[in-house]
Amino acid sequence: MPTTLTIADVERIAALAQLELTDEEKHLFTRQLADILHYAEQVQAVDTSGVPATAHVNSTQQTERDDEPRPSLPTEDAMANAPDAAPGAGLFRVPRVIGG
Amino acid sequence: MNVLDASATTIRNEIVAGRLSATDACRTALDRINDVNGTLNAFNLVADERALEHAREIDRRRAAGDALGPLAGVPVALKDNMDVRGMRTTASSRILEHFVPPYDATVVRRLEAAGAVIVGKTNCDEFAMGSSNENSAFGPVRNPWALDRIPGGSSGGSAAAVASRCVPIALGSDTGGSVRQPAACCGVVGLKPSYGRVSRYGLLAFASSLDQIGPFARTVADAALTLTALAGADPCDATTANEPVPDFAAALTGVVNDIRVGVPRAFVSDGVDEQVRRAYETALDTLRRSGATLVDIDLPHAKYAVPVYYLVCTAEASSNLARYDGVKYGYRSNAAKDSLKEMYSRTRDEGFGPEVKRRIMLGTYVLSAGYYDAFYLKALQVRTLLRRDYEQAFERVDVVAMPTMPTPPFKLGEKASDPLQMYLGDIFTVSANLAGLPGISQSCGFSGEGLPIGLQLMGRMFDEATLLRVADAYERATEWHKKTPSL
Repeated sequence: MPTTLTIADVERIAALAQLELTDEEKHLFTRQLADILHYAEQVQAVDTSGVPATAHVNSTQQTERDDEPRPSLPTEDAMANAPDAAPGAGLFRVPRVIGG
Repeated sequence: MNVLDASATTIRNEIVAGRLSATDACRTALDRINDVNGTLNAFNLVADERALEHAREIDRRRAAGDALGPLAGVPVALKDNMDVRGMRTTASSRILEHFVPPYDATVVRRLEAAGAVIVGKTNCDEFAMGSSNENSAFGPVRNPWALDRIPGGSSGGSAAAVASRCVPIALGSDTGGSVRQPAACCGVVGLKPSYGRVSRYGLLAFASSLDQIGPFARTVADAALTLTALAGADPCDATTANEPVPDFAAALTGVVNDIRVGVPRAFVSDGVDEQVRRAYETALDTLRRSGATLVDIDLPHAKYAVPVYYLVCTAEASSNLARYDGVKYGYRSNAAKDSLKEMYSRTRDEGFGPEVKRRIMLGTYVLSAGYYDAFYLKALQVRTLLRRDYEQAFERVDVVAMPTMPTPPFKLGEKASDPLQMYLGDIFTVSANLAGLPGISQSCGFSGEGLPIGLQLMGRMFDEATLLRVADAYERATEWHKKTPSL
């Protein structure tokens, strides 16, 4: 499956990744991502029939703990870095979500 | 005693003995940083006042007769992707330029509990993505051995800080070689512990199944001392292992007669610079003369490590970096005030640099419908085969030796426009992360131009004790670690 990549593909991926790319970036990434994907295609030639996936190397370890309430970060501290917040109300302010 | 040349072990012992104050040790480090940072750009932030306050507290505790920790008064630098409460963490990114974390990373709590004095935060590739430190939003770090060369990446600032004798110890994070490769470029020791050995709580996530924090030092003994202080299970990081933590410094016996060193001849046969090859062969001979036995091994899937790594790490990064959206913390674009969706995408385009965007795009692609099986899932299966290669090798050997990088440190700008060429240089380091294994890089010579060359040793899962023992034996048999840049 040779990988070809068009500007439209890059625009589709950018939309999925919530990135508004400039035209220059779209052209650059179309070329560079195609190069990298073409190189990465070599993994497809490896026989992996019956081979399980390794998503994580310590996946067999038991990591449960008792579900006990503990003190957590005060709201004020957690919101201190927000670009636009109403800490008193415990709210982050954002632009309009619907319409507009 | 010259504090700048002294090991962490010596500094700590001199402070405990009362021949050196922690305050003087701290001032000496801060002065050195002040002298060289304009040239090297190794530090994003120097925390003078906080450091001196902590150093004075060590001196007060000594005067009061309190027991002092194993790193008492030792100046330490942190890569700028680890959180210290109240101290800016930027990950060398515009998107976090003004971020002040509200809590301490577990490694910070452990370092400070051991008495270490944190002097500042070091420059790195943005979100630890890079092999040259050229992806920092705050400009590249320069190699102390040759200012026109890369210091390695992504933890280039930490490596340069240790090589230039600003600090005896610095922490980095290693996702695909980001501690070992800059250690090789700067001629110092860099250790990546086993996955799960050191807590990642308070480390900004890049690729969570690969990220691991490790120390830079100028001696293996200092790296061992630091690992002992950092290691161990942490309730705040469910991926930390419930493995016992030995005193790693006590493992450094100098004896390697029982050690079998695996040599993957076929894997290191292609694309290795001739000077690197000679230094590597000489290092193998040194290990043999120290009493170790060399054993040829085969790692048939190691040649796939780079594509597997870049498929896995970008997939994880695209998910991890979704949190940077201009809402809860970090930069927000002022250009999009009318729609939430537009605010997200403008913020991310303006806040992230080119390499971070490239990796988010690649990761999003390989996870997207139609490509997941062919790329991401396939990479995870080849990852299993690669792990099995190492498991089989470690039935016959105790450590595996290879160069840390295929070339000496290249020139700043040389590969900046060709990401694939940059990625190919990671061929020898990414396997340890994919398989979860510990690895260490140490100086094993210099190129004709005087550039450091690194030897990498990899060990069995959670057997850093043997790994460090072999590295220390090599260090005892050679003088490379004693060389310092003239800067």
